[in-house]
Amino acid sequence: MRNVYLDYSATTPVKEEVLNEMIPYFTEKFGNPSSLYDKGLESKDAITEARERVASLINASAGEVFFTAGGTESDNWAVFGSAEALKSKGNHIITTKIEHHAMLHSCEFLEKQGYEITYLSIDKDGYISLDELEKAITDKTVLISIMMVNNEIGTVQPIKEACAIAKKHGVLFHTDAVQALGNVEIDVKDLGIDLMSMSSHKIYGPKGTGALYIRKGVRIANYLHGGAQENRKRAGTENLPGIIGFGKAAELSKANFENHVKHCSELRNYLKDRIINEIPDTYVNGTMEHRHPGNLNITFKYIEGESILLLLNQFGISVSTGSACSSTSLNPSHVLTALGVPVEMIHGTIRFTVGDFTTKEDIDYVVENLKTIVSRLRELSPVNSMKGW
Amino acid sequence: MNPKNVGELENADGTGTYGSPVCGDMMQIQIKVEDEKIVDAKFKTFGCGSAIASSSMATSMIIGKSIEEALEITNKEIIDNLGGLPPVKVHCSVLADRAIKNAIYDYAQKNGKTYAALEGYDPNEDEDEHDHGDVEEE
Repeated sequence: MRNVYLDYSATTPVKEEVLNEMIPYFTEKFGNPSSLYDKGLESKDAITEARERVASLINASAGEVFFTAGGTESDNWAVFGSAEALKSKGNHIITTKIEHHAMLHSCEFLEKQGYEITYLSIDKDGYISLDELEKAITDKTVLISIMMVNNEIGTVQPIKEACAIAKKHGVLFHTDAVQALGNVEIDVKDLGIDLMSMSSHKIYGPKGTGALYIRKGVRIANYLHGGAQENRKRAGTENLPGIIGFGKAAELSKANFENHVKHCSELRNYLKDRIINEIPDTYVNGTMEHRHPGNLNITFKYIEGESILLLLNQFGISVSTGSACSSTSLNPSHVLTALGVPVEMIHGTIRFTVGDFTTKEDIDYVVENLKTIVSRLRELSPVNSMKGW
Repeated sequence: MNPKNVGELENADGTGTYGSPVCGDMMQIQIKVEDEKIVDAKFKTFGCGSAIASSSMATSMIIGKSIEEALEITNKEIIDNLGGLPPVKVHCSVLADRAIKNAIYDYAQKNGKTYAALEGYDPNEDEDEHDHGDVEEE
């Protein structure tokens, strides 16, 4: 059976070039980067090179990149580190309703500690309102955190404009760029970002590795306490092979950026056109204009997303649902809810993300199976256009 | 996935629905009754794979049974016949159980019948336990 992976936003396979660079760091080059003999220095030098490669991808200086265990740790560090460092200034944080749970649940934790959190809404295209952002700022605001690219609907937020507003009011600006990295151009200096979360496994690097960009001059509290690693800012023996892999993945991502964006957006648009034209009662969620090049989020009316997912899986196709069917009390996706999609339609939503290894034949295979599956599930469904909802 | 008894019956003797697309699951079960015996049943379901499997199993279980026997079926028996359901999907079997009871309730209403098991039964009452477990998405 053919295998078609269309969930590159969930994770990506490690590219062979990345793996090849990692392998020696598991075995012969295993030295602890903090050790002072040659075996340690060799590891330290390798980390320095990886740091330069990641910095180069986002136009930062190497000294501004701090390796972490992934996007979640980076988000947690940014929020808790800023809150702790600025607690004498205030207890107000501004974020959005569509953040990843790494951000939302961190903010909810702070709310329980007495912090006030403003959750910005989005319009029908998926964008935040800069006006609403500026109005939300008070003299107690210590952090503004807005994700660069949404993980469900792929909307690219106006980060440069939001940064300018933050700067005007002297507020620290963080962005979760986990989905953005490698998929949209990121120049931290041009955008004016203070803090930025990144993850390796979304750009064909290994899991368990990420980074937080901290602009030179910005001071936030440490999150992990212990040894003097990462310039005394992030304790813990470095995940050496992971960091080497992240560095190589960042280098490849920079070199392949234009091809990657072109390849993904062409196939994504082809998938979108075929679904919309060939399967009735299907809708795209979110704007197609400023969007993650590989992301497509589609509602199939009258049927439920998880049954689509399971049937696609039987044909070797991997996608994800827009609704969190398995979560407590069947909570529908917070992102699609914020977008204003009716709840019954959220339940019929699928996220497809194409990536570097997707081919046009893959898309054709998916569309052909999808047509059969959708019509089969619609025959099975007690709701349809005649009966209404 | 190969569900049995999919569709609708012509001249059904009882139709029961439960749930709604807003909740993420909706089931319709129809029965054909002869001499107090369920001779046929069909379903239509809006929901996940477990909801579809539960309705398929529930309809298979009631065909050939008397009304009284069908009313004794519990969601636990539906789960057992399916070979188990993960905790987050237990509510799917509850929905199927409720859809069966609603179909029989409809039959009873239309034919002026009363069954001890349906005494005080409210077809629109919410599930006692709308529990989807505590598993969180990624």
